[in-house]
Amino acid sequence: MRIARSESVATHALLVLAAIVAVFPLVSIVVSSLHGVAGSGGVSFAGYSTAWTQGRFGSALLSSALVAVTVVVVTVVLAALAGYALATMRVPGARLIVALLLVGLVLPYEVTVLPLYELLTGWHLVDTYGALILPQIALSIPLGVLWMRSFFAAVPVELLEAARIDGTSRLQSLRLVVLPIAGPALTTLSTVLFLFTWNEFLLALILVPDNASVQTVPLALSFFSGAARSSDPAVTAAAAVLVALPVLLAYVFLQRRLISGLTEGAVK
Amino acid sequence: MTTTATTAKQGATAPTPPAARTGRTFGRRPSLRSYLASLSWSSLLYVAPALAFFAVFVLYPIGISVWYSFYAYDGLTQGTPVGWDNYTAVFTDSLLRAALLHSLVLLFFYAVLPVCVGLLLAGAMSRIRVYGLTVFRAVLFVPQILSSVVVAVAWRNLLAVDGPVNTVLKAVGLGRFTTSWLGDFDTALPSIGVIGAWVEYGLCMVLFLSGIVAIDRSTYEAARLDGAGPVREFFAITLPALRPQISIALILTVTFALRNFDLIWNTTRGGPGTTTTVPSLYVYQDAFQNRMLGRASALAIVLTVVILAVVTLVQLALREREHPLRRFTRPGRPGRKVQS
Repeated sequence: MRIARSESVATHALLVLAAIVAVFPLVSIVVSSLHGVAGSGGVSFAGYSTAWTQGRFGSALLSSALVAVTVVVVTVVLAALAGYALATMRVPGARLIVALLLVGLVLPYEVTVLPLYELLTGWHLVDTYGALILPQIALSIPLGVLWMRSFFAAVPVELLEAARIDGTSRLQSLRLVVLPIAGPALTTLSTVLFLFTWNEFLLALILVPDNASVQTVPLALSFFSGAARSSDPAVTAAAAVLVALPVLLAYVFLQRRLISGLTEGAVK
Repeated sequence: MTTTATTAKQGATAPTPPAARTGRTFGRRPSLRSYLASLSWSSLLYVAPALAFFAVFVLYPIGISVWYSFYAYDGLTQGTPVGWDNYTAVFTDSLLRAALLHSLVLLFFYAVLPVCVGLLLAGAMSRIRVYGLTVFRAVLFVPQILSSVVVAVAWRNLLAVDGPVNTVLKAVGLGRFTTSWLGDFDTALPSIGVIGAWVEYGLCMVLFLSGIVAIDRSTYEAARLDGAGPVREFFAITLPALRPQISIALILTVTFALRNFDLIWNTTRGGPGTTTTVPSLYVYQDAFQNRMLGRASALAIVLTVVILAVVTLVQLALREREHPLRRFTRPGRPGRKVQS
């Protein structure tokens, strides 16, 4: 049963159009970031150096990396432990725990931010890395635990049985039997959590409003582009490209994992 | 607070809480006991660290939000209990009602539109062999990985008075339609909607594509032999098979649409006037700028309940049922042997 060649061509044309629309805004800021300052025409990187020095993006990139790496590492460790228990042991209250985590998956942060701010003010953590790291670990827990749980649930029971008969403790079998085959699941989870943490805006806006030295890139860009709204668009565009670049570079290498993580993760 | 803490402590030290042993004297006592004995209490140690984080930084704040929502509270002086007044305000205050209405409009742009566009394209793609699928997938997914602040800067640039959109309009002779898209009272809200649709349509397409790949090609062959046209094929095969993916697409896009703080904060901040306000914007402003903590909390709770309700509804409506084509989509079925 063949489909007419013209239909195939038309569908591909539609796809190309959809793809162009998807990248056009990005391409357009790259183009305008390279416009000479004061519209002199020709290609110029002046916008980038201005943005880099005025917007303190070097410090913001470091903050973002520090926060994201810490959140990912801690979350993955905690999630692996909890997910392992929920998948392979008879945890008391397991149903309630899973139900709460499922709710946590779609929860709008807006409902937690005000009490969080007061809690962290009390602990003298507002405007420190702690205010960015601790809540984001907690907000990543639902996805992390449910993700690891569904991975561990797919591990053949015989494997764990065999380990138990050999006299391996539960913690040992997690370390020696299950984790060695969990590489792909852990990498995908880390990639997704890294992206979410890297891009988080609302929490940063509320919890580190007045300390530029710990602010992450989305917040730095927001303040910078807000202040520079009337000034040179090339500089703002350059700043946006600087912020997008690390994520785009990572995406080139990790796109398969990221797409499968963000789409299949939801299917589970 | 203290009572729950002590019971939790007891639970941790004594494997079977005394209440469970003495409290129940009726029928099923042995099975309850064996049930409790079958549980692995030490497994709680594995779950505890993750749950502790979740409880302190997510569950506890939600509890406090519920508590605040029944008070008139400015964060400095003693709050006064006001019953359900904050909740009444959410639905009667004209500004908040307008914000809820804007959310509904954005729901169309952020969720309905991308899902329909995605389905249409996926339907077309199901009929042909697609070349360069991996590349298309990767490119279509780009809007999903960008920070919303970057998205906002890029689109502010595109939609500016002297930006590319207006330049194109002028070039094709539609110069009279040019405007400051995000600054005009009439166009600001739909413009934000277009940005949201742009962010989400690639995600929908990628989701639907992964669903289409799983459909058995012979189903389409059979339908074509029976004389089904493209439209019939779409409604009879593609759409029913994509039920789980549509459900996920709707859940992801709807939660994004109803939260939606970042994009609006970085494009219009609710303006011009109050034409693009949404509930999450008022949650932020009432909590951190207007010092109306009670009302901010009530609004946040309403937002949460609405999101949970919509997610539940979507899941119930699109729950996977045994659909009539199931036996065609699973070629390796055992019944096949009988025929051969």
